[in-house]
Amino acid sequence: MKILFPFVAVIALVLLAMVGVSGGSLHFLFGVIIPYAAVFIFIIGVIYRVLKWAKSPVPFCITTTCGQQKSLPWIKQNKLENPSSTLHVVGRMAMEVFLFRSLFRNLKGEMKDSSRLVYGSDKWLWLAGIAFHYSFLIVLLRHIRLFAEPTPFFLHLLETFDGFLQIGVPRFFMTGVVLLSAVTFLFLRRIYIPQVRYISLSADYFPLFLIIGIATTGMLMRYFLKTDIVGVKELAMGLVSFNPVIPKGLGVIFYIHLLFVSTLFAYFPFSKLVHMGGVFLSPTRNLLGNSREFRHVNPWNYPVKVHTYEEYEEDFRDKMKMAEIPVEKE
Amino acid sequence: MYNGGKILLGIIVFVLFAAFPFYNNIGKVSAKPEPKLDTPVIQQLAEKKCVESKEFMKAEHMQLLNDWRDSAIREGKRIYVNSEGKEFRISLQNTCMNCHSNKKEFCDKCHNYAAVKPYCWTCHIEPKEKKS
Ligand code: HEC
Ligand code: HEC
Ligand code: HEC
Repeated sequence: MKILFPFVAVIALVLLAMVGVSGGSLHFLFGVIIPYAAVFIFIIGVIYRVLKWAKSPVPFCITTTCGQQKSLPWIKQNKLENPSSTLHVVGRMAMEVFLFRSLFRNLKGEMKDSSRLVYGSDKWLWLAGIAFHYSFLIVLLRHIRLFAEPTPFFLHLLETFDGFLQIGVPRFFMTGVVLLSAVTFLFLRRIYIPQVRYISLSADYFPLFLIIGIATTGMLMRYFLKTDIVGVKELAMGLVSFNPVIPKGLGVIFYIHLLFVSTLFAYFPFSKLVHMGGVFLSPTRNLLGNSREFRHVNPWNYPVKVHTYEEYEEDFRDKMKMAEIPVEKE
Repeated sequence: MYNGGKILLGIIVFVLFAAFPFYNNIGKVSAKPEPKLDTPVIQQLAEKKCVESKEFMKAEHMQLLNDWRDSAIREGKRIYVNSEGKEFRISLQNTCMNCHSNKKEFCDKCHNYAAVKPYCWTCHIEPKEKKS
């Protein structure tokens, strides 16, 4: 059910675009209104989510203890794992954002000889994750050619490296295939590993199916079904210059691709995909490990009314003396 | 809000990235390319037709070139019969570029717009044109 529902949802999107464009000629809806709405929801939604996170207080620094905290001078500190200055934090954050440091630590537990539990390193998740994210980034950047005129300088460089195998015409781009294989691996992993399947929800499968759909339709368009790229650019340029046009002759496959992408954008702020922004706000990554250096006071501590011993003695000195209880002040 | 400054900075960076295509295009007019067909060879054609229909050529000319290359170099077939039964000699330089001898005004118009740089011309010879 958790797999079937998102799968049906993605198929429904395909049918929606097919019926809407070839049956109902709702080109303007699918080519202009939905993309605008999606981008609007995306930008406003992400800002909303970040502001909401920023409202929750982070009272105490969380030190993840996989490195020695700053302590006595003769104990070597692990500056990246347990940072004590902003520079170290930036280093740890950069490792997390660019290299997925935490995923690299991924472990796998296995029962050996049916009685011994053995832990071993498991880098496949990290490898697929990094391949997926970087190829997705490059694919996204390559799309700038449809949104900018003249196109930025780095684009040609990117295409030269991406297509340097020079297979076929149009040139075969490696990132497309890497993206599709990596996301397929991430999906299969969820099905094959029982523990991971147990914790997987529809919210995990839906983005995967959606991205598989996006990559598939994109590659279909580039290598097999063909689309008039000049027409696509006309549409894209019309959108970004607020002068929408619907060029004739764009196939249904293009509108399916566009609807997938719009769905991804609109869904983004409400899904687990916001970890794009969330990674910068993870307390275990962005806080200093200085719990020994400084006293951290809980920011929401309210003033507590206390009654000190001195005040107590003041109140009851006579009675205490009578009962021969020693007092501090005569 | 906690850490307001940093949060705001992050949001600004995000918006700068996400809205790049929008503000990048403010005040720019980009006309879609109009590939020119006024070459001597095309003007002498009785029927102004490409190898295949215009719609097909627009979207699939790269695929066609690839098929041409395979059929000429791998299969040794240097005659292409189009969907209407007309025959063409398979050659990038001598067929395509014979009619479309205005590469700068034709092929490059679209290719610059779509930011593609076919690497074919590192080996194949471009038609000679006056510098424009
Ligand atoms: C209607 C505009 C248009 C015209 C005219 C045009 N092209 Fe293209 N061409 C394109 C587009 C758009 C692409 C990119 C397709 C893609 O990236 O999927 C392309 C791609 C190519 C490619 C593949 C490039 C690569 O590295 O992937 C070749 C080769 C090519 N064109 C050759 C030619 C030649 C030769 C001519 C002139 C006879 C020509 N084209 C005229 C629009 C055009
Ligand atoms: C490394 C050099 C090189 C590059 C790059 C190259 N070609 Fe060729 N091409 C050749 C050679 C050599 C032949 C063989 C010529 C012959 O036998 O007539 C050829 C033949 C062809 C032919 C068939 C015969 C003819 O006369 O045209 C086509 C079509 C063709 N190439 C298309 C392309 C396209 C399209 C590209 C760009 C995507 C390209 N080539 C890039 C070297 C190259
Ligand atoms: C017989 C001359 C001739 C030959 C050979 C020829 N073309 Fe064309 N081509 C034309 C004409 C004429 C048109 C305009 C067709 C129309 O408007 O219906 C055209 C249109 C095109 C277009 C669409 C341009 C647009 O405005 O969208 C492309 C792309 C193209 N040709 C590429 C090629 C390629 C690549 C080859 C080689 C495989 C080639 N042509 C061979 C005459 C030729």
